[in-house]
Amino acid sequence: MQDKVILQMRDIEKRFPGVLALSGVDFTLRKGEIHALMGENGAGKSTLIKVLTGVYQMDDGEITVDGEKVAIRSPQDAQNKGISTVYQEITLCPNLTVAENMFIGRGNGVLVKQKDYEKKADEILGRLGIPARSRQQLGSCSLAVQQMVAIARAVDMNCKVLILDEPTSSLDDKEVNLLFELMRNLKSRGVGIIFVTHFLEQVYEVSDRITVLRNGELVGEYLTEELPQVELVAKMMGKELDELNSLGESEEKKMENGEVFYEAESLSSSDALPFSFNIHKGEVNGFTGLLGSGRSESVRAIFGADKIGGGNVKIKGRPVKITRPIEAMKHGIGYLAEDRKRDGIIAELSVRENIILALQVMNGFFKPISRGESEAFADEYIKALNIKTASRETPIGSLSGGNQQKVILARWLLTHPDYLILDEPTRGIDVGTKLEIQKLVLKLAEEGVSVTFISSEVEEMLRTCSRLIVMRDRHIVGELKGKDLNQKKVMETIAGGEAGNE
Amino acid sequence: MNNKIRSTFKGGLGQLTIPLIAIAILFLFNLIRDPGFFSIEITYNNDGNAVLAGNLISVINGASELAVLAMGMTLVTAACGGQDISVGAAAAIAGSAFVKVLKSGSAITGGTVILAFLCACIVAMLFASFNGTLVAVFRIQPMIATLILYTCGRSIAYWINGGATPTVDSPIIRAIGSFIPGVPIPTPVLIVVAVTILFMLIFHFTSLELFTQSVGINGSAARLNGINSTLIKLLSFIILGFCVAVAGIIGVSRLELINHETLLLDVEMDAILAVAIGGNNLGGGKFKIVGSIIGAYVIQILTITLYAMKVSSTDVKAYKAIVIVLLVVIGSPVIKAKFAKLMSQLKSNKQRVSMKGAE
Repeated sequence: MQDKVILQMRDIEKRFPGVLALSGVDFTLRKGEIHALMGENGAGKSTLIKVLTGVYQMDDGEITVDGEKVAIRSPQDAQNKGISTVYQEITLCPNLTVAENMFIGRGNGVLVKQKDYEKKADEILGRLGIPARSRQQLGSCSLAVQQMVAIARAVDMNCKVLILDEPTSSLDDKEVNLLFELMRNLKSRGVGIIFVTHFLEQVYEVSDRITVLRNGELVGEYLTEELPQVELVAKMMGKELDELNSLGESEEKKMENGEVFYEAESLSSSDALPFSFNIHKGEVNGFTGLLGSGRSESVRAIFGADKIGGGNVKIKGRPVKITRPIEAMKHGIGYLAEDRKRDGIIAELSVRENIILALQVMNGFFKPISRGESEAFADEYIKALNIKTASRETPIGSLSGGNQQKVILARWLLTHPDYLILDEPTRGIDVGTKLEIQKLVLKLAEEGVSVTFISSEVEEMLRTCSRLIVMRDRHIVGELKGKDLNQKKVMETIAGGEAGNE
Repeated sequence: MNNKIRSTFKGGLGQLTIPLIAIAILFLFNLIRDPGFFSIEITYNNDGNAVLAGNLISVINGASELAVLAMGMTLVTAACGGQDISVGAAAAIAGSAFVKVLKSGSAITGGTVILAFLCACIVAMLFASFNGTLVAVFRIQPMIATLILYTCGRSIAYWINGGATPTVDSPIIRAIGSFIPGVPIPTPVLIVVAVTILFMLIFHFTSLELFTQSVGINGSAARLNGINSTLIKLLSFIILGFCVAVAGIIGVSRLELINHETLLLDVEMDAILAVAIGGNNLGGGKFKIVGSIIGAYVIQILTITLYAMKVSSTDVKAYKAIVIVLLVVIGSPVIKAKFAKLMSQLKSNKQRVSMKGAE
């Protein structure tokens, strides 16, 4: 590793209406270094990247490239200054050849000799050890190779700084290794790489330094070898280790006492690896783990939201088959999806219609809920959950996030479920509403409803759950209950058990 | 009470504003141009029936096929976010099947007409399911999927009657196409009313409206709420298939013959237009059937107005295009947003003025 600084961002500030997305963030990238940028959702990673690539204009601060102060006005501008980005989704054209993809849109003249650039492409591919030929159609390459071609394209554009935004999220282990080799190769050529990922193991495998952001602020910059995984997790989540220790004593929660309501044995789906799980009547348990750890995919499998791969499911001891959401609903399961906008709200429909939707589906196509009845239901839940809306006929899309979430909650409560799965019900909503939702969960449990709760905020889960299932890299790596239910233990388990920083 | 009424109309007429204003302007224009345009008189037709006649009647009568098709097209648009461009060709198939069945018996009785109607419906619904399967199951863009039937539909219609354009001479068919003896209102108008009522009943007794809108607005969320979006999309096509059969039969009965080449030619574009003029989003989602029906009549008034102005039939299309461009642009989100901004500015100005007055 060389110590020559190629990129320096200092005191970066970025405001959005009503939100301070970045405040006083510093970031330093040295020549020939792989630098991981870490933080939970909403920490400001992507905003920082977008400021750096000219997608956003910063409100304050300065950026220097190679010691020279620069203003980055657009993505094109960033590229000209030697800052290239490869995004999570591949943004190349699959129906063109590899060579065409590498050179498209960069012609200096109108006439480009095909032979010439094919030769040049092969040369670059060879130098970087990318297993692709210049005349191959890009779509025929594996995802990893496509990603590598995107990187090759970026690198060839005289790049000093390469930003890889979640490059590994759609790759398998072997492909990840190929990509890492390429990253090391580039590093040895003096390219500075900013690596954004949710996978802790990968950070430790490949990066030299780690910068952690939280809530739009800089937590710190660390040498990877000097920062144990547990501490990294603590820093991302915002708890110092000492503080975690002092929180160690958690009050004994009421343990499961009723019958087992739902039981899955090696259940798997197109997105979730096989896992086993159960929940008792009136129990609140939770799936925890970092984003991408497979927690959402697992609960989706329970609800039949993705294509089910296999496994045995029992409800109240009787074997059942749940392959589609409607079947789960018929068995008394409700599921509040993680992505409210994409999977929850029907934006242009009214609050009333959104509330009755799930019940209507369960009642069936030929038994519509009458207007009067649906108005009564809507009024009841608007009042019960204290939903702030101009009227029950207001389109749900014009409500605030927290109130939208309450409407979706009302939708599921109206179906009187026996088992409710709440995936990030409190994300992006104000503190008051968060507490209301937590209280509601506990109240439901008292009434005998089983609840599975997922939240990125560990505290929240500790407050509500009596059992936590910990996931890492798409596997269940532990189950915590009783006196093990404390932040320290949770973080240790997320980071890799007692071994800590293996 | 007063407040309640006000709150109901606070948002204005919503998506119906533009089609209603369009109708009002066309009426006003005709009123100034020629007050006689609106005269309705009672005449006696060839069969000696007392029937209503006049420009207004021919508008309402002439738009019947279009109105029926527009209703079905609205559902497909809402559920699939795309349009079926094969309705004209499919109507030719349904019409041919209708005539084929009518001609197969020795005499045309009430029974054969009902049988022929049912056959036409089944045929049209089968072809609609073909379209629907391509769209709902194979996720092909509706316009591409229905392009297939658009291209080959009239050939299929040609085969059904062996290339002939047989006429059907029957008082029953004449009654469907023009007037039922003793009833002064054209039968196609009555059929539109019946189909409209049928739609209202379907909306009242099933969850079709809620499910279709949910699928159209947010398919992913609809699926996670247990809605079978494939089935809903397919269903929208099948219902359109029914509308196609009805429209085809009206068309056949008017002329008392089937001409597979010209029956409801180019009607698909007008049907799509009616949906758009009705304020429905062509990208799917929320819809109002009433809007599309009004849209169909707007198109027809426009056509009849132009004919009444002695515009030659070749020029009519060009003039129609001009008016439609205006309607569509006025209804576009950009203009709507500008208008809303202007209104809020006016409002705040007014408030400022009244505040000053108070001082």
